[in-house]
Amino acid sequence: MAEAAARAGQGGAGAGTDPAGAGRVAEESLRSRLERHSFALVFGVLCTVSIVLLMAPTVIVVVTSFTSGFSLKFPPPGWSWRWYLALWNDSPEILGAFVLSLQVAAIATSVSIVLAVAAALAIARRREAWARWVESLFLSPLMLPTLALGLALLMLFNLAGTGLSFATLVIGHVAITAPYVFRTTAASLLQLDASLLESARSLGASPVHAFRTVTLPLISRGVAAGAFIGFMYSFDNVAVSLFLSDARSEVLPIRMWHIIESNLDVRAAAVSGVLIAATLLMMIVMERLAGISRHLR
Amino acid sequence: MSAAAASPGPAARSAAPAPARSAATGPMPLALPLALFFAVFVVMPLALLAYVSVHDDPALTTFGLSQYRKFLGDAFNLAVLGNTLWLGLKVTLLTLAIGYPLAWFYTLAAPRWQALLMLLIVLPLLTSAVVRTFAWVVILGRQGIVNTVLTGWGWIDAPLKLLYTPGAVTVALAQIELPLMVLPLITALSNIDPALRQASLALGAGRWRTFVQVTLPLSMPGLLAGCLLVFASSVSAFVTQTLVGGGRQMFMPFYLYQQAIQANDYPFAATIAVILLVSVLAVVTAVNLLARRSRGFVHG
Repeated sequence: MAEAAARAGQGGAGAGTDPAGAGRVAEESLRSRLERHSFALVFGVLCTVSIVLLMAPTVIVVVTSFTSGFSLKFPPPGWSWRWYLALWNDSPEILGAFVLSLQVAAIATSVSIVLAVAAALAIARRREAWARWVESLFLSPLMLPTLALGLALLMLFNLAGTGLSFATLVIGHVAITAPYVFRTTAASLLQLDASLLESARSLGASPVHAFRTVTLPLISRGVAAGAFIGFMYSFDNVAVSLFLSDARSEVLPIRMWHIIESNLDVRAAAVSGVLIAATLLMMIVMERLAGISRHLR
Repeated sequence: MSAAAASPGPAARSAAPAPARSAATGPMPLALPLALFFAVFVVMPLALLAYVSVHDDPALTTFGLSQYRKFLGDAFNLAVLGNTLWLGLKVTLLTLAIGYPLAWFYTLAAPRWQALLMLLIVLPLLTSAVVRTFAWVVILGRQGIVNTVLTGWGWIDAPLKLLYTPGAVTVALAQIELPLMVLPLITALSNIDPALRQASLALGAGRWRTFVQVTLPLSMPGLLAGCLLVFASSVSAFVTQTLVGGGRQMFMPFYLYQQAIQANDYPFAATIAVILLVSVLAVVTAVNLLARRSRGFVHG
């Protein structure tokens, strides 16, 4: 109402005494109501679109995976577990790829934790320019097209004459998981109250003892969140694995890529169903333990 | 899910009282192993990439810029680069248009709903990108839900060819990258003092004017961060580009892969990689400069 009155005041010199003034106020408030509703409508519609878009693909894949038919028809003609059974019983190449992906992601994440936590401890709280530079180097794989990094590493291994192996695959994956662990660990260290450590030290704790009993428990949630996110990205990565795995080893996302590209086997939907369920479960557990959503922002 | 409410945003860095040396800072040599790893397996390969790209032949005997001349002098190559950057721009604008209202809705929602919304936003982000791409192949396929609904309602007679079109890649990528836009926006919007918006409304500015003149400028750092993340990951989204885009549309990542693995032309593949890297870095640098100016807007 204040708005309408102010505008009405601007409208004419004698608005206050004008008998038509009251009518003008009513008209202005109608306009402001229209204005408010158009705003709510536009934002509401876009917001609904966005929520539906976020959910729909996941729901559709899970529903399709229970089809009884031989194609990815939606809605499915009938319901069955057959594709999950086919996945479990006669898809050794998919299960093999799954196990390889798990191994690579687990080893790469473990190596990343050791390297990145140590590095974060050394430089996260330093203010010097060089420390900021090193930090942006450690975070750079998050922004660079990983495909370019994969090609670059392949050329390096070719030049060095090492050829491709499980080890080269793991090296490539460490380069893309370490930044996640580094980022969340550094963020936790920045929130750490240094006076806690100073008290521990002044009470006679050795640096190692103070680290184990004070720092580590306080940053463990950050480390766990980074490790989880890094693990998921490694498990999902195609670009690096495409260049760095040898002829015999095929990771799960690349296996899936080939299935989707060639014959669109319904088993791809069953694999997706398993991965979605596993991700949802792990995410809820990790949210309780480490508050991962906070670290993704 | 209570953690979602706390928000140690990018502001945490400037607020943290971190003296150059404190008990919380570990000895410098602890950074050496990772620094060494990055020197050998990130910096050196990228330098090698640049080195290989300035050679005329795969055997690396003659030094020269012929690869760059070959790339920049050919209309097909330039179209691939243009298509890729244009795709990145379209996806970024689309995610911004639908992501901003969602981020705003999140900041207004009750804590219990915030936890649920956060789950909805984060779950797709952590779900495999191959799975999310596969979902779009199912949705847009000849027997997918879109064609089923349209034929069911009698709007079309024969299923439309939706997959392998430029529109399909844009929409699928926008959905896949949406969380990367929404999360920084949520951080930025949660940091805005609600009193500013209320003051603007109380002083007579309408909803739209308050949004354009108060909320939007104050959320600029998060908005730019989101745009950067979405742009960088959509131009290099190899899997979605190939599976939803199909073989007819060529983008830089697949072009790079094709030249390296299928044509075995490493110098040219390296050139494509360098040009892709430089384009992404140029956009990142430009947006970062903008972000620095907009941050002055927020705190100054």
